[in-house]
Amino acid sequence: MTSGNDMEIQVENRDGSVLVTPIGEVDLARSPSLRSRLAQVLGDSPARLVVDLSQVPYMDSSGVATLVEALQQSRARNCSLFLAGLQDRVRSVFEIARLDTVFTITPDVNSALEA
Amino acid sequence: MTRLPPAIRIEILSRADLLAPVRAMLTSFAERSGFDEVETGHLALAVDEALANVIRHGYDSRPDGRIWLSAFLIEEPERRIRIEIEDEGHQTEPAKIASRDLEEVRPGGLGVHIMQEVTDTCQFERRTPGGMRLILEKTPRGAKEDHSDQNHAGTPENGHQ
Repeated sequence: MTSGNDMEIQVENRDGSVLVTPIGEVDLARSPSLRSRLAQVLGDSPARLVVDLSQVPYMDSSGVATLVEALQQSRARNCSLFLAGLQDRVRSVFEIARLDTVFTITPDVNSALEA
Repeated sequence: MTRLPPAIRIEILSRADLLAPVRAMLTSFAERSGFDEVETGHLALAVDEALANVIRHGYDSRPDGRIWLSAFLIEEPERRIRIEIEDEGHQTEPAKIASRDLEEVRPGGLGVHIMQEVTDTCQFERRTPGGMRLILEKTPRGAKEDHSDQNHAGTPENGHQ
């Protein structure tokens, strides 16, 4: 059980890749827990990190900033970062911030794992 | 000019955990006021970004600052929602509040850009005697365009104002 500000975030290894699945809205209250989880995962320098956003119905700029930070950390560690399964509302925020072409965005997790 | 009273006026503390309930309230208000799903989402996003800015920059993430949010439903000359957000935090020169260069890929600094992109009006003012006031306005597409355009609502591509 998580409190209101802690996100449920699932992490699993799949075929040498790490899959991170946050569940719920990502806003200023919750982005710190996503940030620390991603930093922890990236600390192990995985070859590929897939963030499954299919269960994130809402994200504000603090969530986007968290993922930009993860992108920078992944590049520094030669890790390929994929964002998978964005809902329309979340994809819209990336488009408004003009970051939809900066990230590698795939329709679903399998596409990211096979890329 | 006669000023209508707000349909909603609430006072909240500068706590990030209160953003979600405010979003839920505004989402319901906008939907009942004739905004489609995309427009409603954008209005809630703009208010979320505005409140997050007040919490982080106006009150330096202190949880005990006061924020007032007023929502007006204006009918003339066209239907629109106006949101006013007021605080007692640090004052900033409105002219210096600007979106950053988006070519530079780095975390942070996107809130003002998002607010400007998803609303029709995004205006910062200094309050007297202290704090800031932000005025956000958004008009539903149906009030500006042919009603047949509403059939296209719901996709992010046509959701940007």
